[in-house]
Amino acid sequence: MSEKIKHFPGEAVSGRDIRDGKVPCIKHRPNVKYLWSAGVAMSRFIEGMKAGKIIGAKCVKCKRIMVPPRAFCEECFRPIDEYIPVKDTGTINTYSVSYVAGDASRIKEPILVAVIDLDGASKGMGILHILGEISDWKQIKFGMKVKAVWKPANEREGSVTDIKYFKPFKEG
Amino acid sequence: MTDVAIVGVGCTGFKTVSPDVSYKELMFEAATRAYQDAGNINPRKDIDAFISVAEDYWEGFSIFDEFVPDQLGAVLRHLFTVSGDSIIGLGTAHMLIKTGHFDVVAVESHGKPSDILTLYDIVSFAMDPVFNRPLGGHPFYLAGLEMNRFLFETGNTKEDCAMVAVKNRENALRNPYAAYGAQIDLDDVFCSNPYFYPMNKFDISQPADGGIVLILASDEVASDLNDCPIWIKGVGWATETPSLESRSFGDAVYAQLSAEMAYREAKITSPSREIDFAEVDDLFSYKELQHMEALRLCDVGEAGQLIAEGVTGIDGDLPINVSGGNLGMGWALEASGMQRLLEVVIQLRGDAGERQLADVEVGLAQSWRGIPTATGGTAVLSNC
Ligand SMILES: [Zn+2]
Repeated sequence: MSEKIKHFPGEAVSGRDIRDGKVPCIKHRPNVKYLWSAGVAMSRFIEGMKAGKIIGAKCVKCKRIMVPPRAFCEECFRPIDEYIPVKDTGTINTYSVSYVAGDASRIKEPILVAVIDLDGASKGMGILHILGEISDWKQIKFGMKVKAVWKPANEREGSVTDIKYFKPFKEG
Repeated sequence: MTDVAIVGVGCTGFKTVSPDVSYKELMFEAATRAYQDAGNINPRKDIDAFISVAEDYWEGFSIFDEFVPDQLGAVLRHLFTVSGDSIIGLGTAHMLIKTGHFDVVAVESHGKPSDILTLYDIVSFAMDPVFNRPLGGHPFYLAGLEMNRFLFETGNTKEDCAMVAVKNRENALRNPYAAYGAQIDLDDVFCSNPYFYPMNKFDISQPADGGIVLILASDEVASDLNDCPIWIKGVGWATETPSLESRSFGDAVYAQLSAEMAYREAKITSPSREIDFAEVDDLFSYKELQHMEALRLCDVGEAGQLIAEGVTGIDGDLPINVSGGNLGMGWALEASGMQRLLEVVIQLRGDAGERQLADVEVGLAQSWRGIPTATGGTAVLSNC
């Protein structure tokens, strides 16, 4: 719209007017709740997290070790052969710095999101997680080594958040 | 023009619950069976396109389509989702092949209602938010309204509907894929709790988990993949208005229109003579009778008489829902119509075991998308 036009015809409506019911609207909050069966592969992953391990799945045909684990190899279209733990260390594949929270409000401390190729998994396979113990995000580099920081065993509940974050880590 | 056949079927389920597998693992199992059935086809290179029939709210994901490829062998391949009824998915695959650009297409549908904690709230959420939803109540009262008007207009009776429940639950005992096989009698139906007058509990199908994959192929390759291709002679689909205030409650107009579309393609003029058996939607017992009349499998007002005389029983002249229908196999959300297709294919192949019908050449599968929709599909299949 042109900045030259100072007054538009008609009556301005604000978001508040809509919330206050000055404009006819229909409000409804659906009651939608699910309880998904985790099934074979995701159950292994969940149990692994509780035990402080990241579980992968191995296909002997294409020789891939896949994380997250799945019951079948999507490349070969066959059941996988075994579930095996991979390491909780890896390298940064890609990252972003998120200045916006889930509700779209701005946040002071940006969330550092990264895809981490895990050691022991096949190339390009790993985990999407957040990075911690990094004072300035400009220190993050592609290919940088990181390691999982786990919650204490008694606080783990079988979730990806059983890993608090991944932190920079020097091998050896 | 290219003819299209069903050359592979795979099914897992149907069960009242399936806590042992995720939806992905359930789909993988059905797909594996279908590919094996279609001449051990390799989905990674031998299938040209994939269609899944799914609805986000049933799945609990936004944009559920994206979660589909891995378990079908469709990664980096050509896939899309039809948000609708299974027979509409079949019709879409049928058209893809008729374009001449695709030789082999897979169609997948599954239902896992045991993963949904608020199943009937989701059904309510499909109702108009201004005119209907605020009135509250269980949305299946719509079926009560429809049943009442259907019986009033046609002269069919509550007893006729109860006979559908008795027949289909018994048929399901002969079907290993059915979740709700049972020996019940008319008194059991009448004594079951009144739910939505004139409907009782046993007039209503119950949720079941399972998945089905069908493989379709052009006439050029069909015989290479299966010794007994089942030809799709015609497919149709239609939707009436969503307005409950101006919809036809007595007759199933969507079923009439979808059937006439399928009959035109299949060149069927007298369905009651030309169709040997049918699998029709019976999510509620009256629906079987209402759909039979809409499909012109009998005259209006005659369906109840046919069931009373045993014509639609497994030994009758026009067997309906030998599989057990939805009342016997279970309400599997979008896969409910796929159950109807599956049974028609199995019967036309002669693979139905103890429930096999003799000398069947032409079968009909019909589906309805359930409360509160007025959408359905019809397919006419033949083994010659
Ligand atoms: Zn593999």
